[in-house]
Amino acid sequence: MAKYVAKRIVAALLTLWALVTIVFFLVRLMPGDPFTSAKLTEQVAENMRSYYGFDKPLLVQYFVYMGNLLRGNFGYSMKYTNKTVNYIIGQTFPFSADLGIRSLVLAISIGLVLGIIAARNRGKKIDFFCVIVAVIGTSIPDFIMGAFLQYFFGIKWGLFPVAKYNGIEYTILPALALSFYTLASVSRIMRSSMLEVVQQDYIKTARSKGLSEMRITCKHQIRNAIMPVMTVLGPTVASVLTGTFVIESIFAIPGMGKYYVESVSVNDYSMVLGMTVFYGIFLVTANLIVDILYGVADPRVRIGRK
Amino acid sequence: MAELNRDMFVIKGKDAKRMESISRPSLSFWQDAWRRLKKNRSAIVGLIIIVLYAVLAIFAPMFSKYTFSEMDIEAIHSLPSAAHWLGCDSTGRDQWVRIWMGARVSLSIGLISALVNMCVGAVIGGLCGYYGGKLDMIVMRIVDILYGIPSLIITILVMMVIGQGGVMPLIIALCIVGWIGTCRFVRGEVYRLKEQDFVMAAKVLGVPDFPIIIRHIIPNIMGMLITNLCMAIPGAIFQEAFLSYIGLGIKPPNCSWGILAKEGIQYLRTYPHEVIIPAFFICTTMLALNLLGNGLRDVVDPRLRGTD
Repeated sequence: MAKYVAKRIVAALLTLWALVTIVFFLVRLMPGDPFTSAKLTEQVAENMRSYYGFDKPLLVQYFVYMGNLLRGNFGYSMKYTNKTVNYIIGQTFPFSADLGIRSLVLAISIGLVLGIIAARNRGKKIDFFCVIVAVIGTSIPDFIMGAFLQYFFGIKWGLFPVAKYNGIEYTILPALALSFYTLASVSRIMRSSMLEVVQQDYIKTARSKGLSEMRITCKHQIRNAIMPVMTVLGPTVASVLTGTFVIESIFAIPGMGKYYVESVSVNDYSMVLGMTVFYGIFLVTANLIVDILYGVADPRVRIGRK
Repeated sequence: MAELNRDMFVIKGKDAKRMESISRPSLSFWQDAWRRLKKNRSAIVGLIIIVLYAVLAIFAPMFSKYTFSEMDIEAIHSLPSAAHWLGCDSTGRDQWVRIWMGARVSLSIGLISALVNMCVGAVIGGLCGYYGGKLDMIVMRIVDILYGIPSLIITILVMMVIGQGGVMPLIIALCIVGWIGTCRFVRGEVYRLKEQDFVMAAKVLGVPDFPIIIRHIIPNIMGMLITNLCMAIPGAIFQEAFLSYIGLGIKPPNCSWGILAKEGIQYLRTYPHEVIIPAFFICTTMLALNLLGNGLRDVVDPRLRGTD
């Protein structure tokens, strides 16, 4: 087990390093730089470049950046000139994290319940309903979902606040919009995995031992069926994370997603890099946790090849 | 019930020839697959919708009297009518033509990037799975590392580097990271298949590697590859719409479903038809592709039938 965990941690660190390196050079390759603007004279732009160290060779810049990064310093934003990237992330991340966690919890819990109910009632009306929810959920892009939820529940019927993020009632619509896709895919995977597990011999054994249906479902079926859901948790976190880019702009939530999109379009190198690395750390950690949990839950994973 | 006795039966004897003959024409894998797919009603509905949309995307703009960028000041925000079948947008451009011009962009981005990803992934994954060894180890380490990186972020950055707003840069950006999933899956499948007895038999008979791959391994993963392809197209269309929506994908005056939705959402309160119509086409395309993909998977891998 220790060896397995160590291996995963090394792989996670390598992934992070690759991410930082790729993004560092990609950002430098983008046409123009933060100071390409008609308002700045050539001399001013030149001074700004040397102030931020862009006149040094690329490799030197890379090592300086990596050095700062290892000390946890993302540098200064080039658009919001007197703010550090760390400060901006610190200000905006809590909103994104709150939204993300709410929608993940919503998606996973409702998705699992729907999947289990559907599989238990295979072929009945309720199963059909769950499948319909799953298919529709994976067919509607989140920005359309968000816009419609906002329109109907916020504007037309006035049930929930339309935008901003000032309290629990504000979080419901964005979290719902963000979670719908994930909810649908979790319920699909859970349903098919439950149906596969039912056919296994150990379920027959459990039944022939005379265990109650309830006990078989809870202790034998769900526990085994939940494994495939765990494998998609990593990508799920990623999709919720990128989903915040649009949901935050639709509901005017002051989170990180909005800043990220904006910094990409104005070539704010340090913001793009800093936020990407931050997202990367976040995702890689999530993947690492999932991997380790997977190894804990299924001994076959940590011994053999996947 | 009448009593049966020996006299009522005649011994016709055995005809060795007829016993061995095959009474029905034999079906190839694809004929059988098509026969089974035809029975799956939702998959066929999906297929019909896709074909219909593709045909309309090709021909509808040709046979309309409007062009997708032509403005009609009289008809700004007009509702669907006989003149403008799906109404007009905020600058009086005909939505019917814009929807199908957008469909050309969205559908081709979906199809091309999914196809390229499939081919690249299948070749790399296939080589790794079949030959194994050092190549496999190195490529798989790289793939593992890339797999952990949020693909959308890389897509956005690559898109910015190679030029924004066009269709081609978006396809390239989607392809740079998109093949990794297919690669992993194909490698696993090939790895499993090459240990199977029929490959062993071919090897023992002295068939070289290349024909083994072409004749024995590829046909065995073809079904799953096509299913994967069908599932990957909506993913790519999704990403296009998403990127265009946040302003980092296709840019006006180019037109795609993502752009149409983005433009329409601004007028959701006053002219809801301008967002409902593009949303309808995006969602039904997704739905159709998902249904078709599910149907194909059931056909190709009968074990999974009805589990999803």
